[in-house]
Amino acid sequence: MNRGASSPDDDSTARRAGSGEPVRQKPPARRVERNWTPTLISIFSVVVVFGAAAWFIGRAEQWPRIRRQFFNWDAMVASFPKVLDGFWLNLKVWGICIVAIGVWALVLTLFRVLKGPWLAPLRVFAIVYVDFFRGMPALLLIVLFGFGIPALRLPGLPSSALFWGIVAITLSYAAYATEVYRSGIDAVHDGQRAAAKSLGLTQLQAMRYAILPQAFRNVLPALLNLAIALQKDVAILSILGIRDAVREAEIYKSQTFNYSSYMVAAILFLVTTIPLARLVDYLTRRDRRRRLQGGMI
Amino acid sequence: MPRILVEQLTKYYGDKLVLDGIDLSISAHEVVALIGASGSGKSTLLRCINRLVDFDAGRILLDGIPIDDESFGANGLYRRIGIVFQSFNLFPHLSVLQNITLAPRKVHGVPRREANEAARALLAMFGMADCVAQYPEQLSGGQQQRVAIIRSLATNPDVLLLDEVTGALDPELIGEVLKIIRDLKDKGMTMVIVTHEMGFARDVSDRVCFLEGGRILEESPPRELFSRPRHPRTQKFLERIIAAGRL
Ligand SMILES: Nc1ncnc2c1ncn2[C@@H]1O[C@H](COP(=O)(O)OP(=O)(O)OP(=O)(O)O)[C@@H](O)[C@H]1O
Ligand SMILES: [Mg+2]
Repeated sequence: MNRGASSPDDDSTARRAGSGEPVRQKPPARRVERNWTPTLISIFSVVVVFGAAAWFIGRAEQWPRIRRQFFNWDAMVASFPKVLDGFWLNLKVWGICIVAIGVWALVLTLFRVLKGPWLAPLRVFAIVYVDFFRGMPALLLIVLFGFGIPALRLPGLPSSALFWGIVAITLSYAAYATEVYRSGIDAVHDGQRAAAKSLGLTQLQAMRYAILPQAFRNVLPALLNLAIALQKDVAILSILGIRDAVREAEIYKSQTFNYSSYMVAAILFLVTTIPLARLVDYLTRRDRRRRLQGGMI
Repeated sequence: MPRILVEQLTKYYGDKLVLDGIDLSISAHEVVALIGASGSGKSTLLRCINRLVDFDAGRILLDGIPIDDESFGANGLYRRIGIVFQSFNLFPHLSVLQNITLAPRKVHGVPRREANEAARALLAMFGMADCVAQYPEQLSGGQQQRVAIIRSLATNPDVLLLDEVTGALDPELIGEVLKIIRDLKDKGMTMVIVTHEMGFARDVSDRVCFLEGGRILEESPPRELFSRPRHPRTQKFLERIIAAGRL
């Protein structure tokens, strides 16, 4: 009883064959033997290029001095415990900032996207906020808050530089995170909003149950990139005299005039950010695959 | 008293007059088909009826009560009038069961167990019991649309609005969706159906309205309208449909 007489592009059937359709005949098995030549060429060229670079650097006249100054094994081992302690603080601050930024940015995003004439002040606030804090260098905010506010000795307010440093970072990054959230919300198809409304969901319910979960999935890679950038900016707090990894490395350096402790800090940062970067790559690839499969219209 | 009464409904999008004084009366258990060229205002009319969009003049009554009356509360109207869209609009991050129970649970406060049972019963009634735990992207278009229809039935609406529900489907999947609509008609559901499936409109509807430029130009029982259209614009439209092989 198929009355939808043939449309001009009947071959769309083949393209969209979804699951749940009668099983088609199995295609012939994929060719198993694999062509290794490109892989081998890749490995070979990488080894040659980087090997040559290492060889040239190693032969350079200055190299032993550089090595002593930056990659002195004994100095690295000696400074490691302190720098690791400091890095632990970096991680804690990082975690606190991620949560604070995530929540505050969500609030700002809701201010920004909820509709209704009475909510106009919130909307204006969110717009001005994002414009202002996105235009401010994080360093400037950190100095302003971290040194400035404790110096005021305001009664009832915490006077710890660390606390105000975290506040500064949160205020600054929330501006970016708000824009990321918002782009994720914009990318959710309008039909989803119409469906939520027609089911009787209020604006907030529609956000919570229908829009935000999808928006969040849309922007997870972008949020992770932001988290990576944040991890590095946490180190700026060292200028407030907070004993994070960079500060500890600096203390060691000022005692020994050897920079290897900085290398320890650098390696610790890389060890945490590189896996995150790979995770972003993986999520991005997965999303693209899902889009290509054309899950939703 | 008609279940739905539309009087002199007028709606602008910006400066553009989209609905130009629509009058339409729909009794309980009646099935009305809306046909007309693209842009004639069919979707907009449906969206006005369940308040997805606001209108500029005229009024719409449900059982004699204006649809913006306070007695409906925040979401009472959406419980009484369901709508299904061309693009399904299932929530992709929720399973079939969660899609169906979302409104009963979160909007109407039905306890989870009860809502789940009701949803399973509905799915079984329409032969979709197997899909309970699946996610929309795992389903075919026809299955997705059937789930969307069931989702709109989960709050027991009195009226169902269907906006080209087969428009995004491959021809071989259309039948299974039309069958559900026929079942609903047999159960006495009041429906307003926007469709390009003229054969289906002729079979299932009690009355067909032809829209053009935001007006209902002609309104009569399907046999009459399809075999002896009175208005020259209707004749033209049907000729084009027949030429395109869709009747
Ligand atoms: N959100 C909107 N903003 C501005 N104009 C709109 C909007 N929605 C619809 N329109 C306009 O209103 C007119 C009627 O649109 P409507 O979607 O109701 O037509 P339709 O009869 O459903 O057409 P179709 O068969 O293509 O679905 C069109 O000219 C359209 O461009
Ligand atoms: Mg339409």
